[in-house]
Amino acid sequence: MARLIASLALAAGLIASASASAVEIAISCSALGKEYEICKQGVDAWAARTGNTVKIVSTPNSATERLALYQQLLAAGAGDIDVFQIDVVWTGILADHLHDLTAKARGDIGGHLPAMAETSQVNGKVLAMPWFADAGLLYYRQDLLDKYKRPVPQTWADLTETARIIQEGERKDGKGDFWGYVWQGRAYEGLTTVALEWIASTNGGTIVDEKGEITVENPKAAEALKTAAGWVGTITPEGVLNYTEEEARGVFQAGNSAFMRNWPYAWALAQGADSSIKGKVGIAPLPKGGPDGRHVGTLGGQLLAVSKYSKNADAAIDLVMYLTGQEEQKRRAVQGSFNPTIVSLYGDADIARANPFIGELADVFSNAVARPASVTGQNYNKVSTEFFNTVHAVLSKRAQPEQALNRLDRDLKRIKRNGWQ
Amino acid sequence: MSMSGAALQASAPAQERVPGGRSSLTRSRVRSAWIFVAPTLVVLALIAGWPLARTIWFSFTDASLNSLDDYQFIGFENYLANYDGEWLGLLTDPDWWHSVWNTVWFTGVSVSIETVLGTIVALILNASFPGRGLMRAVILIPWAIPTVVSARMWNWMLHDQFGVINDMLLRLGLIAAPITWTASPDTALWTVVMVDVWKTTPFMALLILAALQMLPGDIYEAAKVDGVHPVKVFFRVTLPLIRPALVVAVIFRALDALRVFDLIYVLTANSRDTMSMSVFARQQLVDFQEVGLGSAASTLIFLIIALLIVIAMAAGRVRPSGEAR
Amino acid sequence: MKILARIGFWLLVAGIGLFSIFPFYYAVISSFRSGNDLFSVAYLPERLDLSNYVAVFERQPFGTNILNSIVVAASVVALSLALGITAAYAFGRIRFRGRSLLLMTILAVSMFPQVAVLSGMFELIRGFGLYNTLPGLILANLMLTLPFTVWVLTTFMRELPKEIEEAAFVDGATPWIVVRRVFLPLMMPAAVTTGLLAFIVSWNEFLFALTFTLTNERRTVPPAIALMSGSTAYELPWGTIMAASVIVTLPIIALVLVFQRKIVAGLTAGAVKG
Repeated sequence: MARLIASLALAAGLIASASASAVEIAISCSALGKEYEICKQGVDAWAARTGNTVKIVSTPNSATERLALYQQLLAAGAGDIDVFQIDVVWTGILADHLHDLTAKARGDIGGHLPAMAETSQVNGKVLAMPWFADAGLLYYRQDLLDKYKRPVPQTWADLTETARIIQEGERKDGKGDFWGYVWQGRAYEGLTTVALEWIASTNGGTIVDEKGEITVENPKAAEALKTAAGWVGTITPEGVLNYTEEEARGVFQAGNSAFMRNWPYAWALAQGADSSIKGKVGIAPLPKGGPDGRHVGTLGGQLLAVSKYSKNADAAIDLVMYLTGQEEQKRRAVQGSFNPTIVSLYGDADIARANPFIGELADVFSNAVARPASVTGQNYNKVSTEFFNTVHAVLSKRAQPEQALNRLDRDLKRIKRNGWQ
Repeated sequence: MSMSGAALQASAPAQERVPGGRSSLTRSRVRSAWIFVAPTLVVLALIAGWPLARTIWFSFTDASLNSLDDYQFIGFENYLANYDGEWLGLLTDPDWWHSVWNTVWFTGVSVSIETVLGTIVALILNASFPGRGLMRAVILIPWAIPTVVSARMWNWMLHDQFGVINDMLLRLGLIAAPITWTASPDTALWTVVMVDVWKTTPFMALLILAALQMLPGDIYEAAKVDGVHPVKVFFRVTLPLIRPALVVAVIFRALDALRVFDLIYVLTANSRDTMSMSVFARQQLVDFQEVGLGSAASTLIFLIIALLIVIAMAAGRVRPSGEAR
Repeated sequence: MKILARIGFWLLVAGIGLFSIFPFYYAVISSFRSGNDLFSVAYLPERLDLSNYVAVFERQPFGTNILNSIVVAASVVALSLALGITAAYAFGRIRFRGRSLLLMTILAVSMFPQVAVLSGMFELIRGFGLYNTLPGLILANLMLTLPFTVWVLTTFMRELPKEIEEAAFVDGATPWIVVRRVFLPLMMPAAVTTGLLAFIVSWNEFLFALTFTLTNERRTVPPAIALMSGSTAYELPWGTIMAASVIVTLPIIALVLVFQRKIVAGLTAGAVKG
C-alpha cells in the first residue's frame, strides 16, 4: 500500500506541471487480439499510477490504411488521438505533426538499439520513442537440413545450393509442390525490406546513405538482384511476386518449403500446436552476400509518438515514456514476446526464459539495417515505391538489373531534386 | 427507332396541348419541377460541392498533406511544366498514362462481360421456375460481401500454392501446373476482371431485371401467339424496350469501373503493371502526400471519365434528358 | 428438343448459381477452420466449430457495429429514395430548361475518385460537428448513392406511359399527389431495386466509415472487419474475418428474400390500377 501511494505521489509529481486534474489520453495501438490485451495492460498500469484515464483507439491492421488514417487526422490538426503507434519508417513522414520529445528522451534514447534510435530521430530531434523491434530472419527446416546433411546456409550462394538440393530431393520423393525458398515479393513496402537485405548483405549500401547520397546504382546491388531474380521459377515459386508475409508463411508452414524469410512473429505460429512443422523449425540470421558480406536483417518495429495537436501533451509524453521504459518493455517481452528495443534487456534472465531464442535475435538486431526513412523524410514513400517497383520488374524478368538500377538512380535523383526534406 | 422513343415523341407535344392554357399549366409544372429537384440539389451541393471544388483548387497548388494550409498557387505546373528544358508533370508521366490505359482496358472488358452476363442472368431470373426467389438471393451474394473482404478472399483463393482455384482446376485436369494468377502481369489484369465480373454482375442483373419487370406483359403474349422465336423477340422487342435502363446501368457500372480502386489495390498492391487511375491518385495523395499532384490526377480522372461518358452517350444516342433521337 | 432446352436452362442456372455462391460457400467453410487449416484446401466442412463466431462477438462490439451499419444503410436508402423519387418525377415527367445540364451535374458527382473527396469531406464533417457520429456517415454516403438513385429512377419514371398522369391531372390532382398516389406504386420494382442496391453500397462502404469514425462503438461493419488482427501485426486472423463476413452477408440475403417479391409484383399490381 505504501508503495502504491509512493508511486502515485511520484507520478502525480511528474505530471503536476501538466495539469492539476486527471485527464483522458487517447492512444492508438493494435485493434484486437493479443497485441491489444498487452497494450491495454500497459496503459491501465500507467492510468492506475497517474490517476489519468486512457482510451485505446483501434486502428486498421493494414499499415497503409493506418498511415492514411493518421495523415488524415493530423493534416486536419485533429487532437482526437494523443499518442500514435507508428511504424519505424513513418517518423520522417509524420515529422511535422509530432511533438518534439528531445527534452524528455535525451537521457534514455542512448540505451536503445542504435538502428531503432536512428529511426526515432529526424534532424537530430527525437520525435518518437522505440517500443518494440522486428527484423528479417531466415527460417529453416532443421529436419530437412539433417536429412540432406547440409549446414545452415551462411551465404546466399549456400542457400541457393542447399535449397536446390532439398527441393530436388523432396520432389523426387513425390512432393511435387515442394519449393526451396519463399519470401515476400509483392510490389509493396515489404519488398523494399527484403531487397534491402540482399543488397546490404553484399555491402551494396542502403539505397540512400545517411548523408542523403543516392548509392543504389552499384555492381554489388546489381549482383544481389541478379541472384534473387535467378531464384524465381527455380527454387522460389513465381507466385512469390505477389506474396506478403502470410502467403509465404502459408507455404512454409504447410511444409512445402525448406527456407523462408520472415519476421519473428512467424516463429510462435510455426511452433504452434496445430502447425504441421512443429519442432522442425530453426531460425538464423539471413545469409551474407558472399564471404566478405555481412548478415543483415532489415529493421522493423513500432515507435510511440505524441501528436502536436494533443491537448494534454505532457501527460501523453509521460505515457509514452512509461510504455517505452525498461519495466514495461520487459513485461511486454515476457508476456507478449515483443522484442525489446532497450539493449540491456537482451541480457535479462526472465526474458531469456520466456523467449529462448532472444540471444540470437540480439545479434540480428544489432546488425539490423534501417531503411533510409529518416534521411529521406517526407519523400521516403516515393523512394521506397520507386525501389520496390524496380526490384519487382527485375524479379519478374522484365528488366535487367544494371539498366533497372540506372533508371532507378535517375528517378531517385529527380525526387531528390530540391533535397530530401 | 425504339418503341419507347416513338411513344415519347408522340406524347411530348401532346403534353403541351393540355386544355386550360398552355402557358399557365406549363409554368406551374416547371415551378413544381424546381421544387421537386431542389432538395436533391441542395443536399448534393452541401455534401459534394465543397470537397469537389477543393480538389480542383488544390490541383493548381503545390499543397502537401503535411501542411495543408501552407501552399502556393502554381497554375498548371502539376499537369505540365517545363523545368530546365525538361517537360515534367502529370501529362508527361508514363506511369500515369499506363494507369489510364489499364483502367480504360479494364473498364471496357469488364463492363462488356458484365452487361452480357447480367442480361442473361436477368432473363433467367425473369423466367418463372421453382426456386426463383432463392436464386435471386444467391445471385446477389457476391455484391453483398464487403469488397474489403471479398477482394482478400479472392486473393487467398487465388494463391498459387494452396489456393482453392488452382486446386480445383488441377483436379479437373484443366491445367497442368498451378497458375500464378495475380503475380504475373499477363494474368493479373484478367484476374482482376474475373473477380470484378463475379462481384458486380449482380448489380447489372438486378437493374435489368427491374427493367424487364416494368415491361407490359401483353407484348410477349402477342409475340407468343404469333409464334415468333424467343431469341427474335428478345432482340426485336425486349432489348429496345429495356435499352434506357440498360444504358443507365452501363453508365454507372462504367463510372465505378473507371474509378476502380480497392479490388486492384488488394489483389496486386501498388504494382505499376496493374495500377488504375484511382490507385495512382491515392498513391500521390496519401502515400506521397502530394495533395497538389494527387488532386491534379483526380481532376484529370474526372475529365477523362466525363469525356468517355459523353462519347458513350453520343454513341448510344442517349441524352440525359431522355429525348430519343 | 423441349427437354434439351430445359436441361440447358437448368445447367445455366446451376452454373451461374455455383459461380456466385462458391466463394461464399468457401467463406463459410473457412469460418469453421483455424490456424494451420487455412493453408490447405477443403471442399467440405470438417467440423462445425463455432469458436470463430464467438470470437467475433467477444473481442469487439460487433453487434453494435452491425446495428450501426443497419441504421446508416437504412437511413441512406430512405433519404436517397425520398429525394430520388421526387427529383426523378421532375426530371422524368416535366420538361424544363436546364434539365440535361442538371442531370449531368448530378452525374458528375460520381466522377471523382472517392479518395480525392475524402479530405474535403473530412473537413466538412468536422465542420458540421458530425465527426465520429452516424449522421456524419449517412451524409457522406448520400454522395455515393444519390446520383445513382436519381438517374435510375428518372429513367424508369420516363418509361411509364403518359396517360396515367394526364388522367390524374385532369381530375385536378396536384403534382405531389400524382407522385404519391400514381407513381409510387408503379415505381415499386424500380424503387425496391435501387433501394436494395443503395443499401448494399452503403452497407459495404469502407473508406468514409473508417475515416469519419474513431471509436469502436461508432464503427460500421467493414472497418470493424478491417480492424481485426491476429496476435501480431502480420498475422491474418482469417477464420475470424471469414466468420464476420458470413455474419454480415446474412442480413443482406434476408433482405433480398423479403423484398424480391416486390421487385416482381410491382407492375402487375400497378398496371391494373393504371
